[in-house]
Amino acid sequence: MTKSRLIMGPVLFHWDENRKRDFYAQIADETDIDTVHVGEVVCAKRMPFFDKHLPDVIERLQRAGKEVVLSTLALVMNSRENALINEITQMPDLLIEANDISAAGLLADRPHVIGPYINIYNESTFSYFESRAAKRISLPWELPLSSISQLCETRKSAEIEVQVFGRMPLAISARCYSARAQGLHKDGCRYVCGEQLDGMEVATLDDAPFLAVNGLQTLSNHYVELSDNIGELQDAGVSAFRLSPHSLDMMEVAQLYRQLLDRKIDAGELRRNLQEMPLQMAFSDGFLHGLPGAELRSTLGQRAE
Amino acid sequence: MELVCPAGTPASLHAAVDAGADVVYCGFRDATNARNFPGLNFSRDELRNAVEHAHKHDVHVYLACNTYPQAGIEHIWHAAIDDAVAIGVDAIILADIGLLRYARDRHPDARLHLSVQASASNEEAIKFYHREFAVRRVVLPRVLSLEEIAYLNSRIPVETEVFAFGGMCVMAEGRCSLSSYATGESPNMNGVCSPAAHVRYEERDDMTVSRLGDFTINIYDQDEKVGYPTLCKGRFRAMDKSGYLFEEPTSLDVTGMLPELAKAGVTALKIEGRQRGKAYISQVVSAFRASLDRIAQGKLAEQTSLNTLSEGQSDTTGAYRRGWQ
Repeated sequence: MTKSRLIMGPVLFHWDENRKRDFYAQIADETDIDTVHVGEVVCAKRMPFFDKHLPDVIERLQRAGKEVVLSTLALVMNSRENALINEITQMPDLLIEANDISAAGLLADRPHVIGPYINIYNESTFSYFESRAAKRISLPWELPLSSISQLCETRKSAEIEVQVFGRMPLAISARCYSARAQGLHKDGCRYVCGEQLDGMEVATLDDAPFLAVNGLQTLSNHYVELSDNIGELQDAGVSAFRLSPHSLDMMEVAQLYRQLLDRKIDAGELRRNLQEMPLQMAFSDGFLHGLPGAELRSTLGQRAE
Repeated sequence: MELVCPAGTPASLHAAVDAGADVVYCGFRDATNARNFPGLNFSRDELRNAVEHAHKHDVHVYLACNTYPQAGIEHIWHAAIDDAVAIGVDAIILADIGLLRYARDRHPDARLHLSVQASASNEEAIKFYHREFAVRRVVLPRVLSLEEIAYLNSRIPVETEVFAFGGMCVMAEGRCSLSSYATGESPNMNGVCSPAAHVRYEERDDMTVSRLGDFTINIYDQDEKVGYPTLCKGRFRAMDKSGYLFEEPTSLDVTGMLPELAKAGVTALKIEGRQRGKAYISQVVSAFRASLDRIAQGKLAEQTSLNTLSEGQSDTTGAYRRGWQ
């Protein structure tokens, strides 16, 4: 079995410049992470805040030996964003992740990553992208283990990646729900999405935690946590494991998953450590088991949410 | 503009043809289409008869095969495409790239349309589907404003079809797993959203609670009309406030902007609602037929009286007006 790749996904939330710079500086010093994504996935309006720092951040991460991937927008809606995708996909010497078909089409003649926002549910679609220079394919959150295994069997050359930690993106819209919740319009949003580091908590009218809003994006309230199935995923042929950044100490999270991937700790120990961290998290793994995504099958001795 | 109308049953197809549809779209009775509801859709024989009937009246039939095949059972979708071609439908509406490739390779002469479920919302994406699979038309996701649609039409080599009336996704179609998060079943994988098998209504004191899976989607007072718990149209709590966080229970109605859509270069208007009964289909299709005929004669479209049919009895022009965002 080849060594499993541990990946820090793109920061989905509108963190301020300093927080993001510190985050990437820490990653540069952290040996457990192989690959790190930079770039804005959710809202083009946020891009000017960090674009100016990107060259330095990328350079520093590369100097530290990290594979750097530039992630692109998941929803491309107008001529300006379309032009942006054209521009980004022409950047030389950088691995780019396509999260919309626009980027996937433009990257077909060079090695690239197909992101989890691209709909890959079956062998034919997987093979199509693999035959067009995708070097890694990050699978959609909704896929059950049975489908993941089938795609692994189909695989010829591309690495297969699955997100194992963090809130799951469930939907994206033209409408900004962070702005709407505060009575604002997207065009005058005052960047209120930046006020919540892990997204705006959305509960049912019965006060059950349900979703998390991040601007145009709606995420799960529950944090996917697949530690109990990582062995199975590895055995099936998944070789890349994505952590989605949150406000807790992601370096500690990365360390835990690295130890698990290297089979130095077990899933129970990983889960216990996560639960002791200073962030209220409910976990789920339902999608992997073909259940509602909010459900948790691997309780690992913990109370089910 | 071409009027593309839904039919979930042969009776609805006849109603749509009688009411003045230019095209009727339907799906096979299985998971291959995005309205995979019990008691709905067409057998092979029913589709064959439907196509014969429609063609006799110069009406076209499109087949929606617009879910994403699950790994290991792609052959079910392949059979749907092969059978639709053999039956002689006028276009096949697809979303999955593997299926587009299959259809293009096996049936080079078939007219392929790109489903809204493919979420092709920009010039590059649409050009990709045209270049790779020669799609002739794209059904635009309900995330674009009228200005964006007009601009797109000036840049792309394919026809566009837009949603004109009916239920409205507020999320980009084909990119949404909200339903499967709560129920395990999604539009992409199962052809259903917020499926009825997972819906429950509970009486609580004087209120009615609507639930989807384990989650409360809305709580209604006695004087409120109880609606179906479509997840994104629910009432939720955020920032210490309760309300319709994503969207009110409204429906789309573009009657008032038909001339603008024509001017924006739109080829076809799509009515949503294969799950609706034939009386509904008759009424909506007739109203749109009348509006389109008036516009063709250079007259203004009158506001229809369709709002009594709308979900929540209110309607919106959605993302077509930028103020919605």
